[in-house]
Amino acid sequence: MYDMKALYEAESVEHAIQLRLEHPEAQIIAGGSDVLVQMREGRRAGKELISIYMIDEMRGISIDKDENIRIGSLTSFSHITRDPIIQKYINVLGEAVDQVGSPQIRNIGTIGGNTCNGVTSADSASTLHAWEAIVELTGKNGVRRIPIKDFYIKAGTVDIHAEEGEIQTAILIPKTSYENTYGHYIKYGMRNAMEIASLGCSVNVRLSEDKRTIERARIAYGVAGPVPMRVPSAESVANGSVISESLLDEFALAVLNDINPRNSWRASRDFRLHIAVEMAKRCLAESIKRAGGVI
Amino acid sequence: MNKVGQSEVRVDGYDKATGRTKYYEDRMPADALYVRIKHAEKAHAIVKSIDTEAAMKIPGVVKVLTCFDVPDIPFPTAGHPWSMDPGHQDVADRKLLNTHVRYWGDDIAVVIAENEVAANQGVRALTVEYEELPFVLDAQKAMEDGAPLLHEQYPNNILKHTSNRLGDYQNAIKEEGLIKVEGWYDTPTVQHCHIENHGCYAYEENGRIVVVASTQIPHIIRRVVGQALGRPWADIQVIKPYIGGGFGNKQDALYEPLCAWCSTQVGGRCVRIDCAREETFVSNRVRHAIRFHIISWLRKDGTIAARKVECFSNQGAYASHGHSIVAKGMGSFHQHYPCPNMECDSYTVYTNRPVAGAMRGYGMPQASFADESNIDECARAVGMEPMEFRRKNIMPQGYKDNFSGNVNYYDTYRECMKKGAEIIDYERKLKEYANDTGKIRRGIGMATFWYNTAVYPISLETSSNRMLLNLDGTVTMQCGETEIGQGADTAYAQMTAEALGLKSYKDVHVVSCQDTDITPTGLGAYASRQTYVAGFSIKQTAELLKEKILKYACEVTRQAVANMDIEDGNIIRKGDKQVLMSLKELAMTAQYNPVHSEHITAESTYTIRNNAYSFGCTFAEVEVDIEMCKTKLVRIVNVHDCGNLINPALAEAQVHGGMSMAIGYGLSEQLIFDEKTGKPLNNNLLDYKLSTFMDHPNLEAYFIENPEPTSPFGTKALGEPPACSGAPAIRNAILNATGVAINKNPINPHVLFAEFSKAGLINDPWTEKEEK
Amino acid sequence: MSQYKVVHCNINGKDVEKVVDVRASLTDMLRNEYHLTSVKKGCEVGECGACNVLIDGEAFNSCIYLAVWAEGKHIRTLEGLVGPNGELSDIQQAFIDETAIQCGFCTPGFIMTAVEILEANTLYTDDELRKLLSGHLCRCTGYENILRAVKKTMYRRLGKEIDF
Repeated sequence: MYDMKALYEAESVEHAIQLRLEHPEAQIIAGGSDVLVQMREGRRAGKELISIYMIDEMRGISIDKDENIRIGSLTSFSHITRDPIIQKYINVLGEAVDQVGSPQIRNIGTIGGNTCNGVTSADSASTLHAWEAIVELTGKNGVRRIPIKDFYIKAGTVDIHAEEGEIQTAILIPKTSYENTYGHYIKYGMRNAMEIASLGCSVNVRLSEDKRTIERARIAYGVAGPVPMRVPSAESVANGSVISESLLDEFALAVLNDINPRNSWRASRDFRLHIAVEMAKRCLAESIKRAGGVI
Repeated sequence: MNKVGQSEVRVDGYDKATGRTKYYEDRMPADALYVRIKHAEKAHAIVKSIDTEAAMKIPGVVKVLTCFDVPDIPFPTAGHPWSMDPGHQDVADRKLLNTHVRYWGDDIAVVIAENEVAANQGVRALTVEYEELPFVLDAQKAMEDGAPLLHEQYPNNILKHTSNRLGDYQNAIKEEGLIKVEGWYDTPTVQHCHIENHGCYAYEENGRIVVVASTQIPHIIRRVVGQALGRPWADIQVIKPYIGGGFGNKQDALYEPLCAWCSTQVGGRCVRIDCAREETFVSNRVRHAIRFHIISWLRKDGTIAARKVECFSNQGAYASHGHSIVAKGMGSFHQHYPCPNMECDSYTVYTNRPVAGAMRGYGMPQASFADESNIDECARAVGMEPMEFRRKNIMPQGYKDNFSGNVNYYDTYRECMKKGAEIIDYERKLKEYANDTGKIRRGIGMATFWYNTAVYPISLETSSNRMLLNLDGTVTMQCGETEIGQGADTAYAQMTAEALGLKSYKDVHVVSCQDTDITPTGLGAYASRQTYVAGFSIKQTAELLKEKILKYACEVTRQAVANMDIEDGNIIRKGDKQVLMSLKELAMTAQYNPVHSEHITAESTYTIRNNAYSFGCTFAEVEVDIEMCKTKLVRIVNVHDCGNLINPALAEAQVHGGMSMAIGYGLSEQLIFDEKTGKPLNNNLLDYKLSTFMDHPNLEAYFIENPEPTSPFGTKALGEPPACSGAPAIRNAILNATGVAINKNPINPHVLFAEFSKAGLINDPWTEKEEK
Repeated sequence: MSQYKVVHCNINGKDVEKVVDVRASLTDMLRNEYHLTSVKKGCEVGECGACNVLIDGEAFNSCIYLAVWAEGKHIRTLEGLVGPNGELSDIQQAFIDETAIQCGFCTPGFIMTAVEILEANTLYTDDELRKLLSGHLCRCTGYENILRAVKKTMYRRLGKEIDF
C-alpha cells in the first residue's frame, strides 16, 4: 500500500492537462517504475499523483506526415524494441531500451517516463541525443516541440511547463536524422541484467556512397555528465574522414575533450573516462560495420 | 529398489509449483498490527531522546515504543545449540532496542499501527536526538589503541582471539633456502539474499506467546525469545512454516524476540514484523568480511615447511555467531594443507558495521579464497603447475584430525581434482591460455575447499524423531531439522522409507512445519547437517517403530519377531519371503483391536558424536576483456564428495545454488559503506550485484560417491560446500589469463581497472596529464 | 479521507470486480482481495520478480503496478494454470521434474514469465532464454534447472527434438 495522498486518473491528454492545472503539486505517474519506488522510499511519500498510464492514445509508433518517426510517450520499452518501424529505421533505439532493467521493467517502463525524470543514466537518453530527437509537449496552449538537448536542463530537471499543464506526449525522430543512418549502443553495467548504466554510449554514422568516408557521425553519452550529452569534439574528428583504424583511436580519444563524468561510489571518474574511450571506439567500429563500411 | 539414491521429485514440489505453499505471510491473521522499526541513522551514537508525539498523532498509530522502554535484558542471538557450560554460551550483548547505537541501521524504536501506511508514517515522524560518537568500520583499525569502543567489556573491540600452534614455526623458518610467499587477502561483506525476506508475527494465547517466523531454527528461537523477554522458555511457542530460503541469515534470532515483546505491549494482540529488502541487507545478518595475512615457507621441491596465518574477522556491531566463524576458517588451514609448523591466530573484532552471522559456508568461503589464492602463488613460486602443487601437499588419505576425530577415509581431494580436470580439460587449457597476450584473454583456474559436516565436537549434535504408523500403512514423520528449500523433507522421506522397508518415499508424510509445542526438539537447519544428523535418528527411530510393528505382528501372525521383516510395505517371513500381512492390515488391526488397541508410534533422540569431512573443488574458465575490465565466466565445474547421494537430482540442484553464490562472491557481490558516515550505500537488489540469469554459464556439478562410514546412510555435508571454492577458482583463472594476481574479492570491474592499471596492462596517458 | 475505486478485471479467466483502495499495488489487491498468495513479495520495488503476473499476456511486477490500472485487464497468476481437478500445466510439471524448485519463493514469478515465453511459440536460443528470464532473482537454484525446465517445455511445445 503506497503512502499516497490522492490519485487523479487522466482519461485523455486534455484531461491530463486539466488535472495538472487543477493540482499543481501533483506528480505525474506514467508506468510508475520510478515514481512508485520513490514514493515507497519516502522521497515522494504523502504526495498526490496524476496517473496518465491509462491514456492509450499516447501509445504506439508511427511515421507522421512529415516522415518523422513518432513514438507516443507511453510506449513501453518492449513495444519499442518489437516495433517494425523502429527495427527498420532506428534499430539501435530498440536495442538500447532492450537493456533497461529487466523484461518486466521493459513492459512497464515508458520512454516518456525515462526521459521526463531527467536522469543521465536512462538507457534511451544517449541514443535519443545521438539521433537528435524532438520532444513533443502538450499543454493548455497547445503543442510545443523542442530538441532533446534543450529538454534536459539539469540532473533531474527537464523543460516541462507544469504551470501550463504540459505533459510530454511524444518523441519524434526527424527523417534527416534517421535516413541512411546506422548506429550502435553499449551499456556498461556491473552485471548483464537488472542494471543501471555506469556509462552508456551511443554512436551512429552515415557513410558516403562508396562506404569509405564518414559523412556524419554522432555520439552521445549517458552518465558522462549530469545530463546525457553529445560529444562534438569526437564528431568533428569523424565527420568527413576516411575510415581507418587510426580514425577510431582519434575519435575515441577526442571524447575526453567534452565528457566530464564524476566520482561516485558506483564508479570512479578515472574508470569512467577509461571505458568511455573504449566504448566510443567499439561503438563507432560497430556503427561503421552496420552501415556497410569496412575498417 | 532402494529408496535412497534415487532422483525422486520433491515432496513439496506440487504445492510449490502451484503457489499453494504457505509461507509465514500467507498465514497472516487479517487483524495483525503492523510493526515498523526505526533504524538509527548514525553509525555510532547514544540516543539522547526520541520525540514520539507527532507519530502518536497519526491516525492508525496504536503505540510507539523506544529503546527507553525495553526490558533491561541483554540477550544472544546466534542459532547455536544451548550450552550448559556458561563459558561456552553465546555472547549476550544487545537488547530488543538499543540506546547505544552501534551501526547505521541499529534498532532504536518501533511504531505499531493498524495499517502499514500509518506505521511507515509514524516511523518517519519520529525525531531522534543523538550524541554522535566516532565510528570505525575496519576490523584492524578497530583493534588499534584509541579506536572507538563498541562494547565496554571488550577492550580494543576484540570479541575473541584464539590461536593454533603446530610444531615450531619460528625455528622452522630458519631452514636454509626456503622460499617465502606472503600475501594479504581481503574478503567482502555480502548478504544471503534469500528471496523471502525475514518476517514473523506473534500473539498471546492462553497466557503464552505464539511466534510464527520465517526461521531455520524454531527450537532455538523459542529459547532466545524466552531469554530476551525474561520468560520461561516453555511460555513460548514457535511455529516455522515453509520459508523462502535462509542460507544462515535465518539461523539467528532476527526480529522474533522484538515481535513477541511488541505483542505483549498491546495486550497480546497479533503483531507482524515484515523486513523490507533494505532492512534485510542491513539490519539482519551479513557474511563476515575477513582479512587474512598468510606467509608460506616453501622448499624448492614444493613441500611446505611452515605457514603463518592471521585472520581478522569483521564482526560488526553485535556478537551473533561471533568467533565461531573465523575459528572454523582458521581451523581449516592445518588440515587442508597439513604442514608440521604452523602459527595461526584469529581475531573477531567489533566494528560499526551490520552484524555478521552465519552464512552458507560459515567462514570457509573466506578461508578458501585466502588459502587457495596463496597456494596458487606458492605453486608459481616453486615453478609447479597449481594442481600438481596441490596434489603434492593437500590432505592425504588416512589423515586424522585429533580435535574432531575426523578421518579422511578416501583420497577424496585427488579423486575430485582428477575428475574435474578431465571434464574441463584443465591441463591442456592451462598451458594454452598462459601464453595468451591478446586484448581478450582466456584463463583457467582451480581451487579446492575443506569442509566438515555438522558442529560436533564444538557444540551439541542431537536429532530427535517421531514416527507414527498411519491406518493406511503409511508413516508420518516429524523432526526438528527443518526444510528451508534445500529438499530436506524429501531426503527424510527417502531415508525413512528405506529404513522401514516401505514401498515408496511417498508412503512417508514428513510434517514439514515445525511447532515447538509438538515437534520433537531439534536444532534446525544449519552446518550442512540435516541429512547427516537426521539420518541417525531416522535410522534409530525406524528400528524402534519396526520393532513395535513386528511385535504386534507376532501377536497376529504367531510368527517369531526375529523371523519377520518389512519389505515394500508388507510384513514378510524372512525365510521364504511370504507376505504375511500389509502394514495397512497391521495398523488397522492394532488400532481397532477391542482387546489390545495400539496406535503404533516411536520416538527417539540420537546424540551424534561424529563428524565427517566433505571435500571437493571448482574449476573455472574465464574470458577477460582487458580494456573493458570485464570478466566473463565461460565455464564452471564443481566436483564434490559428499558420500552417498540420497537424491542425486536434489544434490545436483543444491550444488548449482552454491556455485551461483560463489560466482557472485567471486565477481560482483559486496555491500559497501560510506566511509564518511558509515551508511550502507547499496542495500537493495539493484545496487547490490547478485548474479542474474545472464551472469552465469551453465553450471556443471559432478560427484564422487565414497560412502561415509560414520553415517547410517553413508552420506555427509553438501549444503554449504558448493559455496566455498568458486571464488578462488575464478581468481586463479583470472591470474592464468592475465598474469595479475588479485588478492581481494569480488573481482569486479573497479578492481580490475585498478589492478590492470597497476600491472601496466592498461595505460591511460591522459590520467597522468589530468593529475598535473 | 481514504479514496476507493471499483476495479473490474478478469483474473484467471473469470470476470471480477472489487472496491479497491487507490493506494494499493496490484500485489496488494491480488493477495489481500483475491487471496492469490502465489504472488510473492521479495523487494516491492520491481527488482526480484517474485510478484510477477501476466497482464494482457505480458509479464509485470505487480508490486509497482497500481491496482486501479488493472481496470479492464486480463490478469493471470500461477493459480490460473492449474486445471479444475488440480491438473498441472506442462511448465509446472517441468519445474518439478527438472528440480527447478527449491525454496519455492521465486517459482510462481518465474513460471509466469515462462508462460509468456512459451506462448510466443518461438524457438529461442539459450542466451535469448536467459535474457527473457533475467527479471527474476533466485538464490537457491543458480538458474540452471529453471533454464532446463523452460527449454525442455519450449522444445516439447514446438514438437522439436530436445537439443542438450
